[in-house]
Amino acid sequence: MSGDGTVEDAGDLASTSSEPTPVNQGRRYFLIGATSVGAAVGVVGAAVPFLGSWVPSAKARAAGAPVTVDISKLEPGQMMTPEWRSQPVFVINRTDAQVENLKQDNARLADQDSEVEAQQPAYAANRWRSRRENLGVFVGLCTHLGCSPKLFADAQPEAFDPNWKGGFFCPCHGSRFDLAGRVVSGVPAPTNLPVPAYRFLSENVILIGEDEETS
Amino acid sequence: MSNPQGERPPAGQNPGAWGNFMGWLDERFPATETFEYHMSKYYAPKNFNFWYYFGVLSMVVLVIQLLSGIWLTMNYVPSGSGAFASVEYIMRDVEYGWLLRYMHSTGASAFFVVVYLHMFRAMLYGSYRKPRELVWLIGMGIFILLMAEGFFGYLLPWGNMSYWAAQVIVSLAGAIPVIGPDLMEWVRGDYLVSDITLNRFFALHVVAVPLMLVMLVFVHLVALHHVGSNNPDGVDIKKHKDANGVPLDGIAFHPYYSVHDIQAIVVFLFFFCAIMFFAPEMGGYFLEKPNFEAADALKTPEHIVPVWYYMPFYAMLRAATYPFLGLDAKFWGLVIMASAILLPCVLPWLDRSPVKSIRYKGFASKFMLGLFVVSFVVLGYLGAVPPSPIATGAAQLFTATYFLYFILMPWYTRVEKTKPVPDRVTMR
Repeated sequence: MSGDGTVEDAGDLASTSSEPTPVNQGRRYFLIGATSVGAAVGVVGAAVPFLGSWVPSAKARAAGAPVTVDISKLEPGQMMTPEWRSQPVFVINRTDAQVENLKQDNARLADQDSEVEAQQPAYAANRWRSRRENLGVFVGLCTHLGCSPKLFADAQPEAFDPNWKGGFFCPCHGSRFDLAGRVVSGVPAPTNLPVPAYRFLSENVILIGEDEETS
Repeated sequence: MSNPQGERPPAGQNPGAWGNFMGWLDERFPATETFEYHMSKYYAPKNFNFWYYFGVLSMVVLVIQLLSGIWLTMNYVPSGSGAFASVEYIMRDVEYGWLLRYMHSTGASAFFVVVYLHMFRAMLYGSYRKPRELVWLIGMGIFILLMAEGFFGYLLPWGNMSYWAAQVIVSLAGAIPVIGPDLMEWVRGDYLVSDITLNRFFALHVVAVPLMLVMLVFVHLVALHHVGSNNPDGVDIKKHKDANGVPLDGIAFHPYYSVHDIQAIVVFLFFFCAIMFFAPEMGGYFLEKPNFEAADALKTPEHIVPVWYYMPFYAMLRAATYPFLGLDAKFWGLVIMASAILLPCVLPWLDRSPVKSIRYKGFASKFMLGLFVVSFVVLGYLGAVPPSPIATGAAQLFTATYFLYFILMPWYTRVEKTKPVPDRVTMR
């Protein structure tokens, strides 16, 4: 008898479990979807600290503070290369003749009047690209792929340019700039050398990395 | 039970110490099953030729790189002030340090040699075709990770070429419109490549990328063993099986190919050791001369070149010299280089030929593959020479032919006359 009972019990169990309980597919999909969206939000949130930790740290930002440069010993025709944000900055004291040359119309230049706004503050948006005509200040990194161009100041035929009027030449990919950091058209570099924000603290001291607007 | 052949009976039947152990293990872990699935009962086509060595050689180099790399980290200091000096220290003062470093630098170049040849084999015999598309895609993933691994590792010695090469390649991100400049800063973690950049590249080079590489290599093999290996005839060996379901043209990977490959590994190691001991710098191509000078943020080397294995792609990057659609040439250089690297991913869908192997393809396919190889090699040369109008013009021409191999493939593989494919593999 007990055997029969077991069979009956099993039958009961089977019949209860096989009773058509309607599966609410819509609710299932909603719950799966809602859980997935919740999980995705969680993943995005968890990614924030990992991706965020890659931006320049406080130490790197502090090391990127403005630098003062004393230009009293910079003779006409000379250039010095201080570091700002660990990038080389070209500070060049151009001769009057060189400045006159920069003011002339020059069809070889891609942007002779400094019209690309991102490349310099408003006070350097002119043909000599500086506050004081003689003193040029440029970030010394090629706008192509960031190599540091070299100064070839004299107007004389060079291997890379027979009509050279003086300026900067990048050895990496052959980009050329004039003494105002303006790019020659037809070279890999797309834009003029950037002019950093800077201001004069006194007659012979400049502060690179800050001007009246950004201070 | 006596066993005249001397074969080990299946575990459990003859409970020797080994049998007992394997029986115990197999109940808890699929040891015998896995070994049979991937080795002793994995039936590979019997007509593998020379080109089929480079897969196993890639694994050998991976092991060399992992071992020598782990040992190098034991003495390397990942910091701007310590990195260059620590590499000199490894070279001069650490016992066998020079050997470990040359092993690692030679291994890096050897990795690309064997991987390029391994990929060429797939192109030769249509190994990327259905049903092996995923094997090919996973392989492309391995290739891209390998390029990243080489790039991150190249910064670590902190030589002047390391430094400026990283500066140039990170600046590539700056070519992307709108987000470019911020992206560059984010990758470097500074306004210029610095200590911070070196540290994160170190983390990526020794932990993140190798981990992903090893996982992808595992998945590459799992996918391959699921679909089975292709062969120089490109015929499916599973069409003809014996009574036990073993392909008639297949032989067990172990012992036939495992032992066979040992010879190839020995020959490979001869060449590897010859370079490692007698020409580790390879005339400036494996270890570049400006890199024997410490990194200097204010002084770019006269002539920036990447290591040889990136040169074809670098030449294509430089070949873009015209602005287009209002975006500058720098951006298009990046687009061309990225597409040149990624385009092989779609090979399985570009190839419309009724046959897989180059042996049965027509003249057009042979010609285009030849043109592709010539383009790749010439671009490699052009990437190494300083920019000049002639070099740039040639780079533009060969960039075009490189792309034509892929772009015209759906057309020439369909119209050309192919040869009849044999029913069974051929031995030649």
